[in-house]
Amino acid sequence: MTTQQVVAPEYLFFEAERERRFMTGSEAVREAIKRANVDMAISYPITPQSESMHLVGDIYAQGYLKEYFRGESEFAVMAAVAGAAMGGVRVFTATAGPGTLRAFEMFPTWAGARLPVVCAFLTRGINSPLTIQPDTIEMAFLLDTGILMFHAENAQDLYDMILKAFVVAEQTDVHIPVGVFADGFFVTHTREEVAVAPADLKLPPYNPYSAPVPVMDMENVPVRQMRDPFVMKSNFISYAAHASWQQEILAAQERARKHVRRYLGGLLDTEHPEAAVLVVAAGTAVSQGREAVAAARREGLDVGLVKLKSLRPFPREELRALARQARALIVPEFNRVGWLAREIKSVVEDTTKVIDAPRVFGGMTMPPDLILDQIRRCYA
Amino acid sequence: MSKGLFKISPGFEDVMPAEYKELVTNGPYGRDLGISDLGTFKELIEEHPLCAGCAEALALRLILASLPNPEDTVIVGSTGCSSLLFPQVAVQNIHSLFGNQNAVATGLKRALRLRFPDKVKDVAVIAGDGATVDIGLDMVMQSWFRRELITTIMLDNEVYANTGGQESGMSPQGAVLNMAPLGKKFPKVNLPEIAREAGCAYVATISPALPRRLGKVVRRAILVAREIGPSYVQIFCPCPTNFKWPSAQVLQKIRDRQKEGIFKVREYVSPEAEAYLARLEVVKQHDEEQ
Repeated sequence: MTTQQVVAPEYLFFEAERERRFMTGSEAVREAIKRANVDMAISYPITPQSESMHLVGDIYAQGYLKEYFRGESEFAVMAAVAGAAMGGVRVFTATAGPGTLRAFEMFPTWAGARLPVVCAFLTRGINSPLTIQPDTIEMAFLLDTGILMFHAENAQDLYDMILKAFVVAEQTDVHIPVGVFADGFFVTHTREEVAVAPADLKLPPYNPYSAPVPVMDMENVPVRQMRDPFVMKSNFISYAAHASWQQEILAAQERARKHVRRYLGGLLDTEHPEAAVLVVAAGTAVSQGREAVAAARREGLDVGLVKLKSLRPFPREELRALARQARALIVPEFNRVGWLAREIKSVVEDTTKVIDAPRVFGGMTMPPDLILDQIRRCYA
Repeated sequence: MSKGLFKISPGFEDVMPAEYKELVTNGPYGRDLGISDLGTFKELIEEHPLCAGCAEALALRLILASLPNPEDTVIVGSTGCSSLLFPQVAVQNIHSLFGNQNAVATGLKRALRLRFPDKVKDVAVIAGDGATVDIGLDMVMQSWFRRELITTIMLDNEVYANTGGQESGMSPQGAVLNMAPLGKKFPKVNLPEIAREAGCAYVATISPALPRRLGKVVRRAILVAREIGPSYVQIFCPCPTNFKWPSAQVLQKIRDRQKEGIFKVREYVSPEAEAYLARLEVVKQHDEEQ
């Protein structure tokens, strides 16, 4: 393996000269993990995620990680990842769709236990009927688990967001898990040009003693309280303790904002934010939105684009300000429930401005024309 | 862990809780104590909220007193009665969810091996029969298949006690319990046999009615899991509350069940584990003679 040099995150993210390579989203996951100084990765197959963890296995064989194995199910993997994180190492895993739901009990547990796990969710539809098609519905379920959520538009984002996720997750004032989401197949199985830092550079190692909770290594005094605050029955103090702990997880999400702004360059990106009509999207819907916005502007329509990068923390103030001056917010989504439109409606002052369409699901593609139709309707 | 970590900062002696002061001055860390020393040292458990006469509580107390290396042992528990007690144990312990204890322990053990390659860090799973044989059986067995170097201890109280007395895989056949209104339809799951077949290098069944033997079993299980392979200990400690026995009769009930042959003390040691344990005995004798 290449001997890797530890560099500051800022250098790796912003200064190191990047090489442009043609790769899939799954390969972008591999490239991120190669540079993330990950101690342990645990895998379990599910389409369309499997290839990414195959590739992480390959770089383990090359010596980039110290430990890698296949667990017995998604729930078991997320549990083993928790044990590893409690033992004080940097861990990574990935899943998708039905795997996410099978593992679900672990996600609020990760957040509640303040574990800085980074997990890639390479999204897929949920049964039944059986589907392996792209769909972002699993994100709707995860919004309130306490984990941070970044949504990649493309392989470049996936590479950058995974690397940066470790640094955000491990800040002492944050120290909660980060899910990095990318739309299955659309991102994982297509190839594009991705700019990556040299493979002989890596992030500084995780320092388990930077955690705001004790690492379970018997190298510090075991207070007579387990790692997770436990709720004894019929005990007023424990109700209060649990409630305040939940608030603390939310507060950690809030404190993550400054780090997300610093490393991701903001919770959202905008193009023509002053426009009267804004297309607001996350994930690959941003790409479709960009196409539609370009076509609409060629027709002389005053349209802008808002790309949401962070969903937790949610760019509440930023969206509210944008919505104030816009006439309409068009929210195209790759899922049936329209969770993003719901989220946006929950923060803007005038919810009638939010157009929760177009929406495709079950693996359908979204022709930019559908978005363009919505834009034209605003001007009809 | 360095025992020095436990020292109380000068000037704070009078404000520290009495049990902490006792732990510092008279705790078992680094002292190689066992069941026969009980009563002479500050135990790792202070007090607990379990029911009067709870055989599981007694079993846990005996397990904790038998840990060969408490200063470097981390316990992974699961949901159940034992998880009510764990917060009061003076070794680090994890409660994750119901049934995933062996998966959590897998990640933890591998992490500790990465971080402390030259140090012994024991990881012991202690969970009830519901977590071990029912909801968590997949993860328990898979950890054995993978030969994870962890000790699994099942507290077999023969019922889902903490949720109010439902049938478990370890309840006796015919027992009328919640969710088994016509009596349990199938016999106790033979987990010791499964453990052996699944790759455990050391398997034993024991009860708290045999404290010294329990101590020896736990010690051997943890030592085997250090170097040879996974180990499994099943501790028979039926629940007096849900089986509606007077608190004072639990140990007698265990003894009766042993006499009837329903509960049997058993031990399986793989040839590798046998050789390893014999080697340790020789070293210990040599050390004692020196």
